[in-house]
Amino acid sequence: MNLIPIVAVELQPIFAWIYRWLEGLGLQGTLLTVVVYAGLGVMVFGVLAVLALFLVWWERKIAGHMQQRFGPMRNGWHGWYQTMMDGLKLLQKEDVLVDTRDKVVFFWAPVICFVAAFLAYVVMPFGDGLIVADLNVGILYIMAVTTFTVISLLMAGWGSNNKYALLGGMRSAAQVVSYEVPMVASILTVILFTGSLSMVDIVESQSGLVFNWFVFRLPFGPVAFMIYITAATAEANRTPFDIPEAEQELVAGFNVEYSGMKFAMFFLAEFVNMFTVSAIAVTLFFGGWQGWEFIPSWIWFLGKTFMVVLLLMLFRWTYPRLRVDQLMEFAWKILIPIAFVNLIVAGWMKYAGWYW
Amino acid sequence: MSAVRTEEFMVNMGPHHPSTHGVCRLLLTMDGEKVIKIEPYIGYLHRSIEKICENRTYHQCIPILDRFEYVTAMSCNYVFSLAAEKLAQIEVPERAEYLRVIMLELNRIASHLIFFGTTAMDLGALTPFLYALREREYIMDLFEMTCGQRLTYNYIRIGGVSRDIPAEFVPKCREAIKIIDQKVDEYMALLNGNPIWQKRTIGVGYLSPELAVAYGVSGPILRASGVDFDIRRDDPYSIYDRFDFEIPVRPNGDVFDRYMLRLDEIKQSVRIISQALDGLPEGEIKAKVPLKFKPPAGEVYSRIENSRGEMGVYILSDGTEKPVRVKTRGGSYNHLQVLPEFATDILIADLVAIFASFDIIMPEVDR
Repeated sequence: MNLIPIVAVELQPIFAWIYRWLEGLGLQGTLLTVVVYAGLGVMVFGVLAVLALFLVWWERKIAGHMQQRFGPMRNGWHGWYQTMMDGLKLLQKEDVLVDTRDKVVFFWAPVICFVAAFLAYVVMPFGDGLIVADLNVGILYIMAVTTFTVISLLMAGWGSNNKYALLGGMRSAAQVVSYEVPMVASILTVILFTGSLSMVDIVESQSGLVFNWFVFRLPFGPVAFMIYITAATAEANRTPFDIPEAEQELVAGFNVEYSGMKFAMFFLAEFVNMFTVSAIAVTLFFGGWQGWEFIPSWIWFLGKTFMVVLLLMLFRWTYPRLRVDQLMEFAWKILIPIAFVNLIVAGWMKYAGWYW
Repeated sequence: MSAVRTEEFMVNMGPHHPSTHGVCRLLLTMDGEKVIKIEPYIGYLHRSIEKICENRTYHQCIPILDRFEYVTAMSCNYVFSLAAEKLAQIEVPERAEYLRVIMLELNRIASHLIFFGTTAMDLGALTPFLYALREREYIMDLFEMTCGQRLTYNYIRIGGVSRDIPAEFVPKCREAIKIIDQKVDEYMALLNGNPIWQKRTIGVGYLSPELAVAYGVSGPILRASGVDFDIRRDDPYSIYDRFDFEIPVRPNGDVFDRYMLRLDEIKQSVRIISQALDGLPEGEIKAKVPLKFKPPAGEVYSRIENSRGEMGVYILSDGTEKPVRVKTRGGSYNHLQVLPEFATDILIADLVAIFASFDIIMPEVDR
């Protein structure tokens, strides 16, 4: 009897069975593909929604324990279903609307934010073979769709017709556009060695020993990772780069006029974004779902991702916030030069063949 | 760039805003992120404490004045008692003086701890606030043990203090100040070396000594601008002249200095308390003051060094049971007036840092 638990590759018979079952129902061709992908989409969405709820709870627990308190304790064991109750509460709340809002923009901002947060998972390899679509432009696609978030934040800032919200929206636009540059430069460093934009190829190029993970490829690997994680913190609007919603300056920034479920959509999207940037970091730098084979690949992926998420959470509860001009200075004067020098060094080493 | 037409806009910061510490309203004129004009509007917390005092006897004034500056209610108790004692020339027992000094300094530490926490929080570091409140809890426990209250104490009365300390107070107090002394070093280790913290505070919000003196700024903010003035030493009251302590002064007058100066002051307060605990004599805790306390006609002003600068009470008496006029002076009122001077070249984030470093609390402004 095989004692190894289900690994992702062994999940494939189940998917194959579902596929055959659908075929047996008489579905064919394009319709079959559409149904299968819709099903996969719903599945990924469900998993991520649960993950986001978990992350909210986890962050509160981490914050609590860092601050000498317990965090949520009332609902279930250590408050494990606290976030669900919060979600239910937000669903029941009145959706307060400002009269002076821009109706269309105000309505669509949280929707776009929410959708954009989930789009990246189409090409995210959760495990060996656990990927919705292995696009050959995977990482490029992710870079493209995650930037949609900034449009939604700008829309929220503009549509609220509130000065604090507008300032928050403007800040987020400036910030995300600036930090996109070092982020892409550090991702390019990885792509230089894999020679492929496909997420699966990137993961497989790091197979073998731990030292094949990109983060251990000296000297450019760690530098690229540090630049990536800094820029990713800014992309996910987390402290010390959380100036778009800087509570003490702009009250709540772009979502100051949102309440009820619309606010919850922004809130959940923020946590999904945090998971996205961590998952990308794991895929690019920590060998994705690879690890010892007696643990299923998707557990490796989730475990590694949670470690990166933990890092982001520790940042948030330790550091003060940068000022908006210092933030820009940091991106353009420090991060971007380092990122490009790193990229050039990596390219030269690749050309000279000084790598393993 | 001149083709782009920019427009100034006005933002109401407050009365309900996370970082105005109460109900202060600042009307900001802004050019993008830049603040070009600050107009403070006050009066949202006006409770007419001074008028209420006119209709109460001297003893009854003390619990009302607790609310004058509730973060350091001991100082409010003390400054009024001091004025009334000056007026009636009451000799306060030795033990009562020592107890008063211990309580005042403990309260100063508690207030500075709150300052530390809220300042860190206003700059985005949320965790130190909880640490500061954890240490403040030791002091609150000591106060609760002594007078049963944790915020508005009504402990220091005319002629002495209301109750003697329980037996376990002295060892608990020694333990508490020892812990606090260590934790202050921890706070410094947590924030001072952090490049983000340094960038946000060093060189931000410079207040020149001339400007500070011109506006009547007092307390830690004045000393952080390099003016060496402390009422505890320069116009001694109670028994402060018996203790060996330093007055920390810092030259730069920026947010960082104002923050560091308060942490230094916590260390000095710890020194004062430990000396006072060592020298605590036995004896009476209250002079004989009649319930129908009638000071002679006249006027008196007493001032003390509070954690937020000079705190003073002026009493005009006509020889009856009730004061004719009570006027209170709080440091925050003057500090809020300086704020518009900073609207030169600061961003809204700097304004938050400056406001936090001033440690303004609104009950002291509105009274």
